[in-house]
Amino acid sequence: MGVGFGQVLAVSNLYLIFFLRDVSAELRCCKSTQHLLQNAYECVWVSVRPRLQTAKKIDDQGESDLSTVSKEDGFVVFDHVQKSYDGEQLVVKDLNLYIAKGEFLTMLGPSGSGKTTCLMMLAGFETATHGDILLGGKPINNIPPHKRGIGMVFQNYALFPHMTVGENLSFPLEVRKQGKSEREENVKRALDMVQMGDFINRRPAQLSGGQQQRIALARSLVFEPDLVLMDEPLGALDKQLREHMQYEIKHLHERLGVTVVYVTHDQSEALTMSDRVAVFDDGIIQQLAPPDDLYERPENAFVAQFIGENNTLKATVTGIKDGIASVDYGRGTKGEALAVNCGDVGSTTTLSIRPERVEIGKKSGPNAVDANVLELIYLGDHIRCRMEVLGDDQFVVKVPNSHGHKHLVVGETTKVSWSSEDCRALDA
Amino acid sequence: MTDTTGPLVAADGTPLKRKLAQAMFRSRARAFGLVFPLVAFVIAAFIIPIVALLWQSVHDPRFANLMPLTTIELAKWDAVSPPTEAMAAAVVADMIVAKKNKTIGRVATRVNREVSGARSLFTKSGRSAATLEAPFMEALIAKDKKWENIKIWEGMKIASKVYNPGYLASALDMRYTADGSIVRQEEDRRIHIMLFARTMEISLIVTIACFVLGYPIAYLLSTLTTRTSNLLLILVLLPFWTSLLVRTTAWIAMLQAQGVMNDLFVVFGIATDTDRFSLIYNKTGTLIAMTHILLPFMILPLYSVMKTIPVSYVRAAKSMGATNWTAFWRVYFPQSVPGIGAGALLVFILAIGYYITPALVGGQDGQMISNIIDFHMRKSLNWNLAAALGLVLLVFVMFLFWLYDRLVGIDNMKLG
Repeated sequence: MGVGFGQVLAVSNLYLIFFLRDVSAELRCCKSTQHLLQNAYECVWVSVRPRLQTAKKIDDQGESDLSTVSKEDGFVVFDHVQKSYDGEQLVVKDLNLYIAKGEFLTMLGPSGSGKTTCLMMLAGFETATHGDILLGGKPINNIPPHKRGIGMVFQNYALFPHMTVGENLSFPLEVRKQGKSEREENVKRALDMVQMGDFINRRPAQLSGGQQQRIALARSLVFEPDLVLMDEPLGALDKQLREHMQYEIKHLHERLGVTVVYVTHDQSEALTMSDRVAVFDDGIIQQLAPPDDLYERPENAFVAQFIGENNTLKATVTGIKDGIASVDYGRGTKGEALAVNCGDVGSTTTLSIRPERVEIGKKSGPNAVDANVLELIYLGDHIRCRMEVLGDDQFVVKVPNSHGHKHLVVGETTKVSWSSEDCRALDA
Repeated sequence: MTDTTGPLVAADGTPLKRKLAQAMFRSRARAFGLVFPLVAFVIAAFIIPIVALLWQSVHDPRFANLMPLTTIELAKWDAVSPPTEAMAAAVVADMIVAKKNKTIGRVATRVNREVSGARSLFTKSGRSAATLEAPFMEALIAKDKKWENIKIWEGMKIASKVYNPGYLASALDMRYTADGSIVRQEEDRRIHIMLFARTMEISLIVTIACFVLGYPIAYLLSTLTTRTSNLLLILVLLPFWTSLLVRTTAWIAMLQAQGVMNDLFVVFGIATDTDRFSLIYNKTGTLIAMTHILLPFMILPLYSVMKTIPVSYVRAAKSMGATNWTAFWRVYFPQSVPGIGAGALLVFILAIGYYITPALVGGQDGQMISNIIDFHMRKSLNWNLAAALGLVLLVFVMFLFWLYDRLVGIDNMKLG
């Protein structure tokens, strides 16, 4: 309120200027729209070019098993890190995370889960309330951001609007006091790396979103950091371009061997690019695993629900034998499930079944139950079928559109079944 | 298929352009109707009075209207040869009419501006004009020796020009002479250029002071949370809600010899009780008070620009290895330039026409050009000169504005 009134007063003194500015802004707006159209379709995948000179490629044979990265050989280590902004709530609760050199690790989670805070602590823009962050074995808690030597890509790209593309890339080299010829060489090489060599004299505002994204990528890599942080870098792009850039970033990572810590809330992005994904929720890493493990072997109900599509059923454990839990759905229906993270006999559990693992029509087996078809959605390669199963009317089954698949009708009652291994008994 | 060579037509065959104009007419008419009251008000209350007043700086028909015969005779005169009998006869004839219409005083005032002492001459001669007989030149000189002086006749010739560059020349410390040339004013009568220069100087210092004081405040405001920054903004805006006069008077209480500041200086031993600083009724007083009053005009545009600079720019610079200073100077500062431009231009243009504050706290050497304009408007009643001074000021501000547009670009400026 205070702002508005004061501004009105200030502005009223020169409303003529204001008018002139508006007119010229409108003119500029027309120009930039034109430009956008020109550049809309420039993103074409070009074959991979020679990599950066000093970059090291990961040796395929020598790639270590990432599930056993220990605190000692971690390149980036979060050691019992906690973070609170207000002294009342912990945004990050006792984080222990070891990232190997050359790894592509994604922090995935809903907003407010603490993933960006972790990234900002690593970059040095936030300080940890408790615990140590180590980079290459050395604690970096007290090192200011500009001495950490970490490359970073921001969500809005943060390309300096008053500098050309070349000046933007030259900036980190200038502050490192590189010579002019060396700088020019490095800038050119980094631009070629993202196929943007022809755009060196453009201003960021003259580039499309995808082009700006590449420049931001090149700028974070031009000073050859060992670690690059990316904070939802593809969030502002449209779907097609986003998928394209995912591959491009993945290929760059493979070629350069740089360690990447990537933050996103988009699970397909995480699954596409990462060596390992850390699923964050409520300030805690819920699961840290390679993408396939994450989808196929979720360890708790949150991960199962967050990654991919999932059917959940509530049940009570009645017995556990050889890793298989017998469960009671109530109303006299019984079944079997893989005992992953359920409690002892008598405790309730959440069962997770992927929609594509449900079979239709089979009447026998340990997990065969009645289902009532509620809705059918034709999606080309498969048909999405919403059913009522065991009192849950959000149970989804994907029926592949293969030759001779079963044709369902809304209102029809049928049998659905799944194998015990595909039904994971998780925490309640 | 439509004919690609001819103009496009709508479905009913009328040209598309006309159809579009018809379709747009209603909304255009409504838009015009909405802004019409403002346009009318601006024209009536702003543009017409300003143009009319500025017109006076070159247009002065008073003498020509009141002394028509003299004006004709003076136009024939070359301002070098001695005044003729015909001119004297015209003067006497015009004076008789002027005396009867009681307008002789206005004629006297007008000529007096060119030649001091002419007022009494005209009022005196006017009283006895009806009794004079030919030859009129001798008769006039017999009444008053001053009619012998060619300067009186030169002054009348200058005053008789309807389109008169004399006022503009005077505003620039020059003089329009009877033979039509423009020469520099005598050394001891040059005052306006000096006043313009002082006005520039004060405005410039105030602008720089506002920038130096305002930039950190605006930065602080832009980095705080909305709650806190709104609270602080109220403090910044508080002066806006207080009368300009009250604020200026408060500065008098603060800065005068027995005022708060000087008392504090004495307490802390910076000044002695007998030798206090003179902080007011001089240029220092004008500078302090104007800086304080104009500070919000610098802070607000700066703040509104800084608020739009995302924190990620500076972070990006730091992540690339820039120190705090480099990140600020190379990345943050250039992006705040539109705000600096807007704020500086706003403060400078407001300062250049400042009037009340210098009038109250300026003393002798803190007076600005607007104070002399006021003097001519209210005291000497030389509106023509006041208009000429205003015109010079306006042209100068326009020039600055143009210069700013060329150097920085108007579209680069953000006010809100």
